[in-house]
Amino acid sequence: MPQQSVNQDSFDDDVPDDAPAPAAAAATTDALDALLDEIDGNLQVNAEQFVRSFVQKGGQ
Amino acid sequence: MISPDVPPPLEVDPARRIFGLETEFGLHLDTSTTRPITPEEVAGHLFHSVVQWGRSSNVFLPNGSRLYIDVGAHPEYATAEADSLMDLIALDKAGERIVQDLVAGGEERLRAVGVEGTIHLYKNNTDSAGNSYGCHENYLVRRRADFKAFASDLLPFLVTRQIVTGAGCITRTPQGAHFSFSPRADHMWEGMSSATTRSRPMINTRDEPHANAELYRRMHVIVGDSTMAEPTALVKMGSTDLILRLMEARVVMPGLALAREMQAIRDVAHDLKGEATVELADGGRLMAVEVQQAYIDLVRSHLGGIITLTAEVESILDLWQRGVDAVRTQNFSLVDTELDWAIKLKIVRRYQERLSCRLDDPRLARLELAFHDVSPEHGLFYRLQDQGLVRRIVDDARIEKAMTTAPTSTRAHLRGAFVQAAVAAGRDYTVDWVHLKVTGEESRTVLLKDPFRSADARVDELIDSLATP
Repeated sequence: MPQQSVNQDSFDDDVPDDAPAPAAAAATTDALDALLDEIDGNLQVNAEQFVRSFVQKGGQ
Repeated sequence: MISPDVPPPLEVDPARRIFGLETEFGLHLDTSTTRPITPEEVAGHLFHSVVQWGRSSNVFLPNGSRLYIDVGAHPEYATAEADSLMDLIALDKAGERIVQDLVAGGEERLRAVGVEGTIHLYKNNTDSAGNSYGCHENYLVRRRADFKAFASDLLPFLVTRQIVTGAGCITRTPQGAHFSFSPRADHMWEGMSSATTRSRPMINTRDEPHANAELYRRMHVIVGDSTMAEPTALVKMGSTDLILRLMEARVVMPGLALAREMQAIRDVAHDLKGEATVELADGGRLMAVEVQQAYIDLVRSHLGGIITLTAEVESILDLWQRGVDAVRTQNFSLVDTELDWAIKLKIVRRYQERLSCRLDDPRLARLELAFHDVSPEHGLFYRLQDQGLVRRIVDDARIEKAMTTAPTSTRAHLRGAFVQAAVAAGRDYTVDWVHLKVTGEESRTVLLKDPFRSADARVDELIDSLATP
């Protein structure tokens, strides 16, 4: 996989900054972060090999 | 013998429709074993208990739905006939739980043959090598002579609805990665055809109504992405139903026929900014948000007339409009607890920020698989839902009930009752969408051509006969 154009891949280029987040959005971000904290370790273990090993013939 | 005295077809309110959803699941064995093991072997172990129960890996369940192993070793679940969207979504969600419930037994059998591993079932549409599998929508429509012209009127809607109903995905290209609306879009090759695996059309025109063919046809839409969030399923099936209702009432559709549908579906999929235009047959160009807005406006103009304004119709129109607005204004927070692509984008983006990685990082691909994993334990979507980060519209009790009980208002009720009675009586039987058959010396068959009919004296007699062979 080529390693150029790092910045073009970032979402920050695709999406303008949102308006200042209201309190509810902040709470959502906290909940999202807490969830990612929980699963992060699990997702990082052999992520590449895990993903590559999921190959199946096509269906309809 | 085939039972005589077929009842006449029911008179049906045009607003009433039979819906069905077919889902092919991705099947993934995560194992460190060095012995090669094929998806077919894994599927065989996964379905062992199904075969024990139904003597086949292709069965109809007590909830009236069909469960089998499809081409490519994909477990497939096809919902029973539903005549309401809430029943349909409950049945679809019940199917996820039914296949997930096979996992522990499958893993145990693999262990018994020396393979330690974890089976993952994904409700998604592509594997890591780019093979695609589908989520097929079925809408029963009244038969008409001009079906092909009728169906082709739906194509501009189907090409552009992905900005609302798409599952969202990271697309990897030699130039880098980007987030797209629909993983399925790149796998479509024509507008309409009767083929499915050789050449994937958006609408499959195979004439197989599973009903009285003089009255009905099936609109078999195979361009959609599998959905995780209940509101996404509602707006996907609900908006399509509303358009079909207008088409069936012979309302003239907006003149939006597309010049090159396959180019259009790809251009729309890969432009999260919503600025890409599609070329119309008349040479004009419109953005996907404009095409979708034209359909929303058309539906709204017939409220109170052809379309009765119910709370459900209002909620479909509300989410449909917010989906279009979210893309037009680029304010994705309008829908990021309801539409799959926006829910997924939010968590992918958050994880990417934490890892400070590129979008093609394998850890983000791993996150995507976790999102579609139907396991309550491994599945990220269900963790998000449990945290209240995804809106619910069907309660758990209804989904739980749909795992074992067919809808009471359609043919599925008859099928479900027959399957349950035949299993309880230990009798040999075969079932398909339109037949119930007791096999053996005195075989008896009932033909059920009317999917709207949920009560039938012939079926009552057939069930009574099970107890007295």
